[in-house]
This record gives sequence, C-alpha cells and structure tokens, in this order.
Amino acid sequence: MMLLFSLAFQSLKNRILTTTLTILSIALSVALLIGVENVRVGARESFSNTISQVDLIVGARGGSLQLLLYAVFRIGSATNNISYASYEKWKSHPAVSWTIPYSLGDNHHNFRVVGTNKDFYEKYRYRRDRTIKFVAGRAPESVFETAIGSDVARNLGYQLNQQIVITHGIGNARGILDHKDKPFTVVGILDRTATPVDRSLYIPLEGISAVHIDWQEGAPPMPGEEVSADKIRKEGLKVEQITAFLVRFKTRIATLQLQRDINTYKDEAMQAIIPGVALNELWSTIGYAEDALRVVTFFVLVVGLLGMLVSLYTSLNERRREMAIFRALGAGPAKIISLLVFESAILSFVGCVLGLAIVYGLSFAFQPIVEHEFGLYLPIQAPTAIAWMYLGGVMLSGLLIGFVPAWKAYRNTLSDGLSVRL
Amino acid sequence: MMPSAIALKDVQFSYRPGKKILDIPDLAIETGERVFLFGPSGSGKTTLLGLLTGILTAQQGSVSVLGRDLAQMSGSGRDAFRGSHLGYIFQLFNLIPYLSVIENITLPCRFHAERRKRLKGSLEDEARTIAKRLGIDGLIHENVVNLSVGQQQRVAAARSLMGSPELIVADEPTSSLDFDHRERFIELLFDCVAQAQATLLFVSHDRSLMPMFSRTLSLPEVNRVQVAAA
Repeated sequence: MMLLFSLAFQSLKNRILTTTLTILSIALSVALLIGVENVRVGARESFSNTISQVDLIVGARGGSLQLLLYAVFRIGSATNNISYASYEKWKSHPAVSWTIPYSLGDNHHNFRVVGTNKDFYEKYRYRRDRTIKFVAGRAPESVFETAIGSDVARNLGYQLNQQIVITHGIGNARGILDHKDKPFTVVGILDRTATPVDRSLYIPLEGISAVHIDWQEGAPPMPGEEVSADKIRKEGLKVEQITAFLVRFKTRIATLQLQRDINTYKDEAMQAIIPGVALNELWSTIGYAEDALRVVTFFVLVVGLLGMLVSLYTSLNERRREMAIFRALGAGPAKIISLLVFESAILSFVGCVLGLAIVYGLSFAFQPIVEHEFGLYLPIQAPTAIAWMYLGGVMLSGLLIGFVPAWKAYRNTLSDGLSVRL
Repeated sequence: MMPSAIALKDVQFSYRPGKKILDIPDLAIETGERVFLFGPSGSGKTTLLGLLTGILTAQQGSVSVLGRDLAQMSGSGRDAFRGSHLGYIFQLFNLIPYLSVIENITLPCRFHAERRKRLKGSLEDEARTIAKRLGIDGLIHENVVNLSVGQQQRVAAARSLMGSPELIVADEPTSSLDFDHRERFIELLFDCVAQAQATLLFVSHDRSLMPMFSRTLSLPEVNRVQVAAA
C-alpha cells in the first residue's frame, strides 16, 4: 500500500505540470460551485436580514405584502394611516421593548422621505446586528433637519448644511407640490447599509406635521394662508398620524399573541406582520432568482465534473506505458488499478482542498467589499449540504474515473506486449 | 528428476485467427542451462517470450514454466508468478523514468513479498550488492534518465536479478550496446545467474554472441511456422 502510494506520488511529481493543471481544474470547479452556492445562500440570507431584530411591523389594515413593501422596501404606499394615539397605546404595552414609528408619504427626487424619531437611529438593526451609523453629521433634532441615506447623498451629491425641499406625495410632482416654503437642512449623512435604508431621507415626525400644517384636505394652502417656517416650533406641533411602526418585544414569545391582539384591535383597523415570515413569503414569490442560481449551480456542477474527468482521464492515460512496465514486472490488475485510482484520488482530494481554500480565501478577502457595494453578505460558513454533496461527488467520480484508464492500461499491456517504448 | 525450467508441448499461437505465428511441437530447457535463442526479426522471438512469461496465452498446447502450467493459472495468478519467479530484461530497458536507480532495482521485490523473502539481507543491502557486481553501485541514487545506455542496461539487469528469480529471460538486451560492452555485459550476467543458480534464456539475432552460451536454439528450427524473411 505504501509502495503504491509512493509510486503514485512520485509519478505525479514527475509530471508536475499536468498534475498542477489537473488539480487547478478540479479546484476551480469546486471553488466555482461552492462560490455560486455561497452567493445563493448569501442572497437569501441578506434578503431576509434586510431588517433585523424587529418582531412585528404594524400598519393600517390592508395587504400584508403591501405593508412589508412600504415599511421595509419603501415601495408603494399605504392606503391608510394609523393614529398616533393607537401607536402610543401599543408603544406603552408592557411587553414592548422598543418601537420605531414611520410616517411616509413625501419624497425628494423620488427618494422617500421618512418621518421618524430618534429611536430609528438608536434601535434600528439590519443584517442581524448592524446599526445605523453616520459618515458625517448627526441625527436630526429640530423640525427642519434631515439625515439622508447614502444613496441619496451619492446620487444627488448632497453635503452637510445643504438646504433641500421635499415634495408632497410619492408621485413625480416635483415643482408642483413642493413644500418649498419649508426647506430642510441636511445635518447628517448615513453610512451605507446596502439596504433600502440608503434610499430614503429621514426627518423628525414633527417635520411631516410641519410641512402639512397649513394644508387643508390634502391640498396646498391658498395663497396668503401659508404658515411660515420660522413660526413653527417643535413643541407646538402635534403628530396625529403615522404610517407604520416597528415593534420589538422584550421576549419573542409574546409575538404571536400580540400579533393577534393588534390584528383584532377594536379601536382601529390595524394589522401586524412578522417580518421574517413576510420576507420569506416575498422571497418565495420572487424565488425565480434563486431558481436561476440553482440552474447555474447545476451547470457549473456538470461542466466542472466533466472538465475534471477529462483532465484526470488524459493525465492517467499518459501512464499506459508505465503500466505496461509494471505489468511486465509482475504487477497484477489489483495493483495497477489501485495505483491509478490512488493517483486520481490524490488529485481529486488536493483539488477539493485547494478549491475550498480558494473559495474561503476569496470570501475572506472580498466579503467586506461585496457587502458594502452590493449588500450581499457572503456567509463564511461550513459548506452547505449541496457543497458537501459536490465534494463527495468530485471524490467519488475521481475515484471511479481512475478505473477507466486503469482497466484500459491493464488490457492494453497485452497488446503492447513487452515492446513498450520508454 | 527436477522438472524442466521451460517445457512447451504442441503450442500454437496467433494474434489474429488464421495467422499463426508460433507452432512449437516440443521445446524443453533444463534448470541451470544458459540458452542462446536466435532467430531473424519477426520470427516470433518476442511472442515466444510473451508466452513463457504469461503475458500472452497460447491458444493450444501447454506452456510449463518452472514446473507450473501457465494455462492453469488466472491472469492475475500469472502476473504474480511472473513477478515472483521471473526476471525479465527488456529490449528497451523499460526503466521507470521518475524513480532512482535503486528504486528501479528494488521494484519487483517491493511488488512481491515472495520475491522479497528470498533476499538474504535487507532490500537495500541486496540492491547494493547486485549494483556493485554490475559496476553501478556509485549511481544508485541517480535518476535513471541521467544514465548512459550501458548504465541503464545494467540497471535493468540488476532489476531482473534482484530476489534471485529462478528464470531470467533477456530479450535482445545487448542490441543497443557496442561489441566490447556486449561481451562484458553478458559475462556480468552469467556471473549473476550462476550466483543465483538460475536458468537463463537469452534471445538475440546477433549470432556472434553464440559461442559464449552452453546451448543454442534456433527459433526457425523449433517453430513450424516459417516466416518469410523480412
């Protein structure tokens, strides 16, 4: 056994170029597959961690998907608001740890304007435990201050202390329904989160009230009836409505019970959704993206295996000559087969290990960049079941393919006879 | 009486049906003989050696080597028998290019425990002794591809002699050596064969070597298939 192992090893060493190329081809195919698999898992993982540590999302009664879309992804809009009184009632519920209120409905250059309070900057979590950070400035404090998401800052080229005007509604009504008499000052720029948080501007809840203070029935004030911005003080403003709020309970066990309580709340038609469940539902409806990755994975697997087998086969086929000599020296079929199988096992094994090293090395190196730029969190974790299956498949087919040239070599030695040329 | 080292009876062989290469009614070589077998190219010398070493099997007749009927053995049984009891020196030396001299010499003994058991000393000592007798003891850690043709031939001889096989078969081993080297090589070979009390079957088309042997066989006389001169 040791003899065969050392023979296989020395022979591989002798053909170092072929050996290296074969190992590389196996390693790349392993790396590619596990890489694609990790991206697939990472995409799903990142999606379901767009928002973290929130037990319930509460809004006016309507479609749960709609609520998820406007509260988390800033897509679409709410048909109804909920009263601030109801919000305060649930906020003070003994089981509640913290809440984040959202007041939606205005935009700035098609970026959503979100009215919220200081809890957003302190409590909001995404990707498990990431917090909101500022690259510049601070959280808004007074009524006409705003903190902007990183995409907003980048796309519009905004800097601190810039004056901006927000537009009523979420449609493209810029220039028509601008709140131009009540400009906001940029006091903070948020760090990139690679989530929808980046695509919004954040102002105090009172700011939303302030820009609409002189509006009547959803229409801008008649000329002469405007209330000028410098007369508005935070203390004088009353927040009457919000669009939605996020809830974190002291203990997650309360979630289902409180979800039911909120859904059946008598004073106001509200609904609560569990973000994890809703996100998974949404993911499964847009799951064709994942299916596409699965298809890619499958082809990577097939192409990778074929490439590996071709490369193994040709490298072992070079050995026919040696096999004839071994045979003439009295090595039987068992020895010849085990020699070649040993060789392909060594190649497959080293290839798998190198492939894993490549994929994990690259993950370590590029994980922060990929996460920052694409919001794709590449998990560095033990290979998934599919990856293990692939590794097993590589090893197994590597072993099996060793039998083909081995068998051929053994049979050919008969016709090669003893006149093998060295 | 000891069985013949080689005994062929009514042996017929063809690679393709209807095209007989060998038809040998009777051929016997006794233990300890040093036989020179000659014949022109294409007369079936290598085929005959293939039969004797169990690499080829005869379609008819019996081939008995060292008292064993090769036809009775399985394919892998013949492989093991060849590895354990036969020393084969190839026309092309067929050394393994990525192994050193000593690794090449010891290869058959490492393949076959039975052959290893016949060694008197350790594998390495024995290899050194044989290498020394053949004058290549200074080269045993060299890579075989760096050796001259004459040196390679002696490595091949050393490999076939390791573990004292009872029958040494040499297929045109001197064809790539010049005359002086040929005689010296054959003398060395005799020396080693005598030491091992083995039987030697030496195949060549070069009849100038004939006087050195105790017995001469002409394949065209033994073989009933007459081959047109090439």
